[in-house]
Amino acid sequence: MRGHLILRVVSKLLIPFLLLFALYVQFHGDYGPGGGFQAGVIVAAAFVLYALIFGLRATQKVIPPALLEVAVPLGVLIYAGVGVVTWGLGGNFLDYGMLDSHDPSHGQHLGILLVEAGVLLTVSSTMLLIFYTFAGRGR
Amino acid sequence: MLIDQFPAIVVAVPLVAAALCAIVRNETACWLISLVVAFLCFVGSATMLGQVQEYGVPLSYKMGGWAPPAGIELRVDLLSGYLLVLVSLIATAVLIYGRHSVRAEIKESVRGWYYAMYLLCMCGLLGIVITGDAFNAFVFMEISSLSMYTLIALGKDRRALAASYQYLIMGTIGATMYVIGVGLLFTITGTLNLIDMAERLAPLLDTPAAIAGMAFVVVGLSLKIALFPLHLWLPNAYAFAPSAVTAFLAATATKVSIYLLMRYLYTVFGFSFAIEQTPILEVVMVLSLAAIFAGSFSAIFQENIKRMLAYSSVAQIGYITLGIALANAPGLTGSLVHIFNHAVMKGALFMLVGGIALQIGTVRLSDMAGVGKVMPLTMFGFVLGSFSMLGVPGTVGFVSKWYLAIGALENGWWWVVALLMLSSLLVLVYMGRVIEVAFFRERPEGAPPLKEAPKSMIMTAWVFILACIYLGFDTSFTVGVAQQAVDVLMGGAQ
Repeated sequence: MRGHLILRVVSKLLIPFLLLFALYVQFHGDYGPGGGFQAGVIVAAAFVLYALIFGLRATQKVIPPALLEVAVPLGVLIYAGVGVVTWGLGGNFLDYGMLDSHDPSHGQHLGILLVEAGVLLTVSSTMLLIFYTFAGRGR
Repeated sequence: MLIDQFPAIVVAVPLVAAALCAIVRNETACWLISLVVAFLCFVGSATMLGQVQEYGVPLSYKMGGWAPPAGIELRVDLLSGYLLVLVSLIATAVLIYGRHSVRAEIKESVRGWYYAMYLLCMCGLLGIVITGDAFNAFVFMEISSLSMYTLIALGKDRRALAASYQYLIMGTIGATMYVIGVGLLFTITGTLNLIDMAERLAPLLDTPAAIAGMAFVVVGLSLKIALFPLHLWLPNAYAFAPSAVTAFLAATATKVSIYLLMRYLYTVFGFSFAIEQTPILEVVMVLSLAAIFAGSFSAIFQENIKRMLAYSSVAQIGYITLGIALANAPGLTGSLVHIFNHAVMKGALFMLVGGIALQIGTVRLSDMAGVGKVMPLTMFGFVLGSFSMLGVPGTVGFVSKWYLAIGALENGWWWVVALLMLSSLLVLVYMGRVIEVAFFRERPEGAPPLKEAPKSMIMTAWVFILACIYLGFDTSFTVGVAQQAVDVLMGGAQ
C-alpha cells in the first residue's frame, strides 16, 4: 500500500501500545476486571488494524491461518490441561490450590495465570480467524 | 478415589479430546479418539448411575474445589444419571455407525473438524445434564448448540446452511430467553445453584420476578425442545444435516432440553407451585396435544423421509411433554421412559434412513420404490421400527404410551387417551406410506443396481431395533430407573 502516510505511521506507532495494553488487561484479570477474553479481543484488534492498513496478505505472512487453526484448540488444551494437572496432583478438576504444594494461594495465582493464557490464545486466534474468513471471501 | 472424579471426567475428557481432534485432524485418528472417549463416558455414566442406585444418594462434585452453592456443582442423581447414560450410549453408537456415512457425506478436508465438533456437542449435552448450576447449564447449552449448528451446516445439500442458520437464530433466541429467566431468578434468590435456588425460591414464588423468570425459562427451553409451535427450526435441521448427525441429534439434543425443563418445573419451582398456582401445565398440555397432531399431519405430507421422521419427532416430543403436563407419577414415568424409548427407536430409524441415503443417494420417497426387495435388512428394520413408533404391544412404543394413558386416566382425562389412540393411527399412515412404496412397488426399469448398506451401519441400527423389542418386554431398566427418578422429582428438592 502506497500513500496514506499518516495512516501507516500512526498505526505502526499504535500497534505496539495496543499489544502492551492487551497484556495489561490480561494480567489485571488476576485481581480485577479484565482477563483473557478482553485481552484476546484487543490483541486481535491490533492485528486487524494492521490488516486494514497493510493488507491481508502482509498480515497472513506474520500469522498464517494454518497457525491460527492450531492455536484455537491449543488454548483450550492449555485451559483443560491445567485441570488435568490438578487431577494428577490429587485434587478436583481445576482446583488451582493443588498447583503449589507449600501455599495454596500461590497455586491459585499460578492456575488463573495459566488458564487465562489459554483463554487469551483461543479468543485472539478465533477473532483473527473470523476476520481472515470474512476478509478472504471472494479471493 | 477415581470414581469421585467421574462427574468431571465425563465433561472434561470430551472437551480435551475435541481440542486434540482439532489439532490432529486426521480422520482415522479422530474417529478412534472420539470412539474411545465416547465409550469411556458411557462406562463412567453407567457406573455413576449404578452407584447412585445402590447408595440412594446423589453424587456431588465440587468443581475447582469450591463448595456449592458458591462454587459450581456437578450433580448426578437418578434422573441426570439416566440421561447421561442415554446421551453417551447414543454418542458411542452413532460413532460406530457413522464412519461410512461421514465419508460419503462430508468433505475430506473437514472430517477432522467434524469429530472435534461432535465431541464438543457431546461434552455440552453431558454438561447440561450433569451440572447443578443454572448458569453453567447455559454455558453448556451454548457449547452444544454452537457445535450442533456447525454439524448441521456440514450437510451435503446447500440447504443445510440455511437450515443451520435458521436453527442458529431460533436457538439463540431460546438461549437468550433462558438466560434472562435465570437472571431474574438470580436477582431475587442471589444463587445459581439449582438446589439452593429451589430452597430460597420457596417463599418468593408468588413474586412477579419469580413468575416472569419461570415464564422466560419455560419459553426459552421450549424453543430448544422444539415444542409446538416453536418447532419450525427442527424439520429442516434434521432433514439436511448429515445422516449421522441427524441420528445423534434426534436421539439426544431435544431430550436434554426436556430434562432441563423437568428440573425447573419440578425441582426449582416445585411440583405444587407449577400445578396449583400457574396455568403452565395446562398450556404445556394443550401445546403437547397440538404437537402430536400437527407433527403427525405434517409428516404425512412429506416427500423427504428424513423430513417426515423429523416431523414425527415433533409429534413424539409432544408425547414426552404431555407426560410432564399430566403431573402424576405414571404420566411422568411415561415421559421419562419415552425419552429413552424415542431416542432408541428414532435413532434406529434415522440410522436406517442414513443407510438408504448412502446407497440410493437421495431420501425422496419416490426414489424408494421397490427398495424393500434389494435392501431387505434395512427395510425390515424400518418396519419393526415403525411398529414401535405405532405402539404395537411388545415394542418400546407401547410401554411409554401405556404409562401415558394410565397417567391420563388417573387425572380422569379419558379424552386424552382417545386422542393418544387416534394419533397412533396417523403414525400408521405416514410410516405405512414408506413401507408401501418400499415393498409393494416395483423398482423402475433401468434403475441402478443396489445393495445393502455397509455392515457397520446395518448392525448398529439393528442393535437399536432389537433394543426396541427387548426393552418392550424387559422394562426393568427404563421403567425401573424412571420410576425411581420420578420419586426424586415429585419429592421436590432432595
